[in-house]
Amino acid sequence: MRDTTTEPSPTGDAAEAVLTIRDLRTFFQTDGHVVKAVDGVSFSVRRGETLGVVGESGSGKSVACLSALRLVPSPPAFHPSGEIRFQGRDLLRLPEPEIEALRGNRLAMIFQDPMTSLNPYLRVARQLTEVLEVHQGATPAAARREAIAMLERVGIPDAGRRIDQYPHQFSGGMRQRVMIAMALLCQPEVLLADEPTTALDVTVQAQILELIAELQASLGTAVVLVTHDLGVVAGTADRVVVMYAGRIVEEGPTGELFANPQHPYTRGLLASMPRIDTPPTGHLEAIAGLPPDLGHLPTGCAFHPRCPLASDRCRHEEPPVVAISATHRAACFEVEAGG
Amino acid sequence: MAVASGGLILLLAVACLVGPPLIAATWGYDEQTQDLAYGPQPPSWEHPFGTDFYGRDLLVRVLSGGRVSLTVGFLAALVAATIGTVYGAVSSYAGGLVDAVMMRAVDVLYALPYMFLVIILVTILGKSLLLVFLALGAVGWLLTARVVRGQVMSLKQQDFVLAAKSLGTPGRDIVFRHLIPNTLGPVIVTFTLTVPSMILQEAFLSFLGLGVQAPRASLGALINDGANQMLVFWWTLVFPGSVMAVMLFALNFLGDGVRDALDPRMRR
Amino acid sequence: MSALPPTELSPLLEVRDLAVRYRLERPGGLLSRGHDELRAVDGVNLVVRRGETLGLVGESGCGKSTTGRAVLQLLKPSTGTVVFDGQPIHDWWVRKGRRWVWDARLRDLRRRMQMIFQDPFASLNPRMTVEAILTEPLRNFGLAAGSDRRRRVQELMATVGMDPRFIRRYPHEFSGGQRQRIGIARALALGPDLIVADEPISALDVSIQAQILNLLARLREELGLTMIFIAHDLAAVRHISDRIAVMYLGRIVEEADAGEIVAAPRHPYTQALISAVPVPDPVQEATRQRTVLSGEVPSPVNPPSGCPFHTRCPLREDRCTRDVPVLREIAPGHRVACHLVE
Repeated sequence: MRDTTTEPSPTGDAAEAVLTIRDLRTFFQTDGHVVKAVDGVSFSVRRGETLGVVGESGSGKSVACLSALRLVPSPPAFHPSGEIRFQGRDLLRLPEPEIEALRGNRLAMIFQDPMTSLNPYLRVARQLTEVLEVHQGATPAAARREAIAMLERVGIPDAGRRIDQYPHQFSGGMRQRVMIAMALLCQPEVLLADEPTTALDVTVQAQILELIAELQASLGTAVVLVTHDLGVVAGTADRVVVMYAGRIVEEGPTGELFANPQHPYTRGLLASMPRIDTPPTGHLEAIAGLPPDLGHLPTGCAFHPRCPLASDRCRHEEPPVVAISATHRAACFEVEAGG
Repeated sequence: MAVASGGLILLLAVACLVGPPLIAATWGYDEQTQDLAYGPQPPSWEHPFGTDFYGRDLLVRVLSGGRVSLTVGFLAALVAATIGTVYGAVSSYAGGLVDAVMMRAVDVLYALPYMFLVIILVTILGKSLLLVFLALGAVGWLLTARVVRGQVMSLKQQDFVLAAKSLGTPGRDIVFRHLIPNTLGPVIVTFTLTVPSMILQEAFLSFLGLGVQAPRASLGALINDGANQMLVFWWTLVFPGSVMAVMLFALNFLGDGVRDALDPRMRR
Repeated sequence: MSALPPTELSPLLEVRDLAVRYRLERPGGLLSRGHDELRAVDGVNLVVRRGETLGLVGESGCGKSTTGRAVLQLLKPSTGTVVFDGQPIHDWWVRKGRRWVWDARLRDLRRRMQMIFQDPFASLNPRMTVEAILTEPLRNFGLAAGSDRRRRVQELMATVGMDPRFIRRYPHEFSGGQRQRIGIARALALGPDLIVADEPISALDVSIQAQILNLLARLREELGLTMIFIAHDLAAVRHISDRIAVMYLGRIVEEADAGEIVAAPRHPYTQALISAVPVPDPVQEATRQRTVLSGEVPSPVNPPSGCPFHTRCPLREDRCTRDVPVLREIAPGHRVACHLVE
C-alpha cells in the first residue's frame, strides 16, 4: 500500500507497536530486469499480538519477513526505500554486527521446512546452547539447563536425553518444536514465523499452532505469522494483512476482514476455498488467470488481469488506499470508503 | 566466457584445418619439409614459431599437430561418451543383478592400469590413427558410465518416468527418450573433461611410439620433443605447450556453456 | 452428488485385503541383524462404483498414495486382490529374473486406468515439448496417425482449458497450474475409465487449486469418469468426492458418504482430523470444540500392535492394544474400524 510516514497505522496507536515496517521495498537485480518482490509494504505488530500475513507464491510475504531480519542476500537484493523500526532503531540501516546481535536474541524467525532449517551435522544441544552462549554470555552448563527446560516447555518428551540427538532422529513436528524452542530461548520481542506448519500434517499443525499461542501468551511475544492458509489465520491472528504481487491489498482485524472482505482478491480467495463447514455447491468461484510474474508486472493494479471488477482506471493507475473503517483498509478503486 | 571460448576453439580448429594447406600453397612447405642446413632457429619473421631440429617450420607443425590432437581428442571422447552413456543408462534402468554385474565390470576395468590396456589394444590392433582413438575411447567410457548411472538412478524415481510407464511406454523407449536426454548436461561436461584427457593420453602413446607416427605429429608429440630440448631450443616447447594449454582451457569453458545452452530450463 | 441411473452403479473396481509391505534390512555390516517390515498398506478393502468419486484421505505415512499406485498396478501389491471391471488384474504380473514386470494384458489395460501426479514439476519430462508428451501415449497404442495425432493433441489441450498453440513449448515455460493441466490432458489421452488423482492440487497455489478442482469436476461429468481422489486436504476431498475413506497407518479406519463423514464422524481419528482442519471463519475457530491429539503418527515400520491408532487415541481401552479392529458396517453405507463403536 502506498503508505506515507505521516499516516497513522490502522491500529491507530503506532506507539505501542513493537516492530514497525514502513514503505518497505525489496527489489532483486537479475540479469535484464528488476524483480519487485516487495513494493511498498507497511505494517506493524504490537506486544502479545499475532499479525497474519496472507498471500500466495509471489506475494512477497516471505521476502518481507526476511528483509526485516536482513536475511535477504544483498546483492542481488536492494532496498530502494523503507524503514524497519525496532526499539528505536532502523534495522535496514544498522551495521552488520548490530543486526547479528539482535537476530535470535530480540527478533527470531522460524521457517517452513524443519528438515533443512536445522543443521543436520550438529546435535540439537549444540544448536540450542549456541544461541544462549552467543547472545547472553551463558556458561555451557547454564545454557544446557535452560535449553533442556525450553525443550520440555515445547513438549519434547524425555528432553534431557533427546537434547543430545541429531535432527534426523526427530520427526517433522518435533523438529518444528525444536526450532520454536531455539527461537524463543532468549525470549525475543518479535517472532517471525514463515509458514511454520505448511509442511506438517494437519493434526500436528493444530498442536504447533496451539503451542505458539501458549508461548506467546506467557512470554508476550509479538508474532508475525506468514501463511497461505486463510483457515490458520482465522484461528490464530488478531489482525490480518493480505499481500499480492509485493503489495498489501487489504488489512484489518481478523473478525472484520473475514466478515466483510472488500478487496476482490480477498473475496476471491475466500470464495474459492472448499470449506468443510459448508455443504459443497459443486462449483467453486475460482479466481481466473495465473499468479503474477514479478519480473513483468502489469501496469496499474497488479491484480487487474484476474479481477472481475477491473476497469480502465485499474489497468493504468495504481489504486489508492481506501479506509473502510478506522482499522480496515483496502487498496482498490472499486471499494467505497466506509464500505 | 563460454561464447568466447567457443569462438576461440572454432578459430583454432579452422586455423589447424586451413593453415597448413594455405601455408603450403603460399610458401611452399608443409609440416614435413625439412631443411637440415637451416636447422633449429628461434622465432623470426619467416618462421613465427621458429623451426625444429630438422628445420621444419614449427608454426605449420603446431597447426597440423593441433588438427591431429583435436581430431583424436574429440572423436575418442565421442566414442567414450556414447558407449558410457548407453551402458550406464541401461545398467541403471535394469537395476538389480544386471546393474550389479555391469557396474562391477566397470569397477574392475577402472582398477586396471589404463595405459596398459591401451598399449595392449594398440599393439594387437596395429598403429593406425583410427585404431588409436577407438582404443582410447573404448577405455575412456568408464567415467561417463558411472556419471550416467548415477543420474539415471535419481531420474528413474521421478514421476515423469512413472507416468511414461503407466502410459504403456516400453522400457527401451523410456531409456532412450526419457532418461538419456535428461542426462545430457553431465554427459557434456564429462565429455569436455575427457577431450583434454584423450589428447594427453594420445601424447603419451606417441611418446611410446604407439601413437601418431613421425614425421606426422600431434601437439602432444611436439610437446614431448620440445620438453627434451627446452633448455636449448625453448621455442620448441613453449609454442606447442601454449597452444595446447589455451586449447584445453577453452574446451572447459566451452563445455560449461554448451551444458547451460542445452538445458531447456535456462532458455529464455 | 452424481445422479446416475441404477444400472451405472455397478462396481468398476474392487479391492480386497490389499497389502504393500517392504522388507528393510537392518544395517549390520556383514552379519545380518534381521529385517524390519514397513507396512505401507496393511489390508485395504474398497469398492468403487462406475461414475463414483472416492476420496482417500489421511496424513503422512497413512499409505494413501501407495494404495493408489498399487490399485493401478504401478507397483506390485504384496498380497490382496484387485478386480477391475470384473477382471482380476493383481495376477497379471510376470517374473523376469529377480523382478516383476507387466504382462501384455496389463499393458493393454493401461488404456482404461491412468494417474494424475502430485508434483507438476517432476511429472513432465523437462526435455520434451508438450506435443511430444501428449503424443507419447497415442504412439504407444497406435492411436491416430500423422496429422491426426496433432489434431488429437490440440483437442486434448483445449479440453483442459489450455491454448492449443502452446504445444511447441517446454514444461518450464508454464506455471504449476498449467503443468498440472497438461498432466491431466496426458492422463486423458487414452480415454480411461478410471483416474487416480494422487494429490493433484497440493503443490499448487490456493487460487489455482479451485481452478483445477473445477476442471476435474467438469471432466468427470463430461467424460463419465470414475475417480479416486487422494489428498490430505479434507475440505478439497469433501468437495469433490461422493464417498470418503479415511486411512491411518495403512488401514482404512472409516468410510462413508462424504457429507456424513464430515457431519457425523464416528472414529476418534476422523473426529480429531476434522476438528484439526482450520476453517476460514474466525467466529467458528474461536468457538469450536477441538480434539487436539497428542504425539505424532508412529512409523509404519513395525507398527503398533492392536489398533494402529491406540497410541494417540483419547478413548483407548485395554483391548485396543491387543486386538486389531475390523472395518464393520455400523449404519448403511458407513463403515468404521473401532472397538468402541459397535
